[in-house]
Amino acid sequence: MTAIWQRVRPRPGNLRWWQAGVLVAVFGSWHLLATPGLLPPLVFSDDNQAAFFFGEPLKIFGRIGRWFFVTRDIYEHLAITLLETVLAFGLGTVLGLACGLWLALSPLAAAIFDPYIKALNSMPRVILAPIFAVWFGLGVASKVALGITLVFFIVFFNVYQGVREVSPVLLDNARMLGADRRQLLRHVYLPSATSWVFSSLHTSVGLAFVGAVVGEYLGSSRGVGYLILQAEGTFDINTVMAGILVLTGFALLLDAAVGGIERHLMKWQPRAAQTERL
Amino acid sequence: MTRALELDGVACTFANRDVPSQPYTAVSDVTLRVAEGEFVAVVGPTGCGKSTLLNVAAGLLTPSAGSVRVFGGLLAGVNRRAGYMFQSESLMPWRTARSNVMAGLQFRGIAREAAQTQADAWLQRVGLSGFGDRYPHQLSGGMRKRISLAQTLALDPDIILMDEPFSALDVQTRQLMENEVLALWSAKRKAVLFITHDLDEAIAMSDRVVVMSAGPASRPIGEFVIDLARPRDVAEVRTAPRFVELHRAIWNVLRDEVLRGYQQQLRLDA
Repeated sequence: MTAIWQRVRPRPGNLRWWQAGVLVAVFGSWHLLATPGLLPPLVFSDDNQAAFFFGEPLKIFGRIGRWFFVTRDIYEHLAITLLETVLAFGLGTVLGLACGLWLALSPLAAAIFDPYIKALNSMPRVILAPIFAVWFGLGVASKVALGITLVFFIVFFNVYQGVREVSPVLLDNARMLGADRRQLLRHVYLPSATSWVFSSLHTSVGLAFVGAVVGEYLGSSRGVGYLILQAEGTFDINTVMAGILVLTGFALLLDAAVGGIERHLMKWQPRAAQTERL
Repeated sequence: MTRALELDGVACTFANRDVPSQPYTAVSDVTLRVAEGEFVAVVGPTGCGKSTLLNVAAGLLTPSAGSVRVFGGLLAGVNRRAGYMFQSESLMPWRTARSNVMAGLQFRGIAREAAQTQADAWLQRVGLSGFGDRYPHQLSGGMRKRISLAQTLALDPDIILMDEPFSALDVQTRQLMENEVLALWSAKRKAVLFITHDLDEAIAMSDRVVVMSAGPASRPIGEFVIDLARPRDVAEVRTAPRFVELHRAIWNVLRDEVLRGYQQQLRLDA
């Protein structure tokens, strides 16, 4: 017994297996507890109630499989959600970068707008979704607007802080090398701010995604959030869960893509414990 | 001889943020002249405003009083004829070594290809021709200093300002760098204003050593012409009898100031 444990106990080499094990355990116990007839009812009086409230993993996976391979209607919804995410992320980042640079380089403007930026940032912005729906309709635009309000502040604060913390020696050096104001912006402030944007990228992509899905959920005619809303309307827990799983997988993919871009663009940044390769 | 750089009665007073009624005077009444092709070293105890002086010469800092002339003309704004080598890291971390050396050339509107050729030549001159594509964090401290040196000299400035450029390096690397700077300098004979707290370094490298008093309100209190023969090897020249003689003479002036500066520091810390 101990010999077997010695072989399978968690270590860096078999982490993946253990991670997969956790996943299997979660879905396995879910399946055992929720499927009618497998176990005598523990909490509910009726065998079917657990399945009604929590869904059944097998049916959920069946639903996902049908979406992707049989009815093939998930792609359209995913594409809409992705479009909203990308637009919200792109526009929010550009706006945040521009405003962050502007306010960081102009202390007077920063002093004037400071209380309003704090106010806007502390406002619970999800509450704006219905207003955006009224302003921009139930299409893509209202979701993008909501995503922008979420992304903007993350990027803005990072850039603002980043620009103000640009090493004064670096600035002096660039000036001594003959950089004028525009060149300072282009060659010192902007690259420096970009590195701060990237450090907030994972958060802001996640928030853009949240903005898109929440926006869809609150009112739309397409998108994964819309699918979930529809299913909830008919108490179809399995489809709701399937939608959540698809969103989660999708968010993981987005995060991996961001990680890849980051590694590619930020190769000048030292990584912890990076050794010299001669 | 024409004067490359002329500081006349320069004083720098900074506002004290904690006690507005007591502004801090870093340097006062500094008159300092650097002739064309002359290598002048400024030594002084810590906190004597050496770097302030250099920033004034670079045009990065406007003095509270006095004037700065560059080749006879009054200096306003950044000193376009000067190159500045900073004490701390000044390379742009997002640019490769080559791209860092090119930076100044690009800022001055030189075409990319031409700038690249020049940058490569400079990388070779500082012994780093194989490292053009490395980012600063992939280079050692000594290598980064060489890149800084190449970056500064690539613009062929008529005045070179150096602020304790090698203070962060180990002794061996430091001597190598000092010799390299001397070799590059003697080929072009530019005016150099070199700030250091290391008297050995000052004597070994320069034509003239200026001693600053301890701050606040520090000013030059001694000037010594270094008549050691050139070319010099910074390691060997230290054993020459004349070097020892000069060292003793300058140290006599400097010692009291170092002690005073130290006491000042203690009082400030307390």
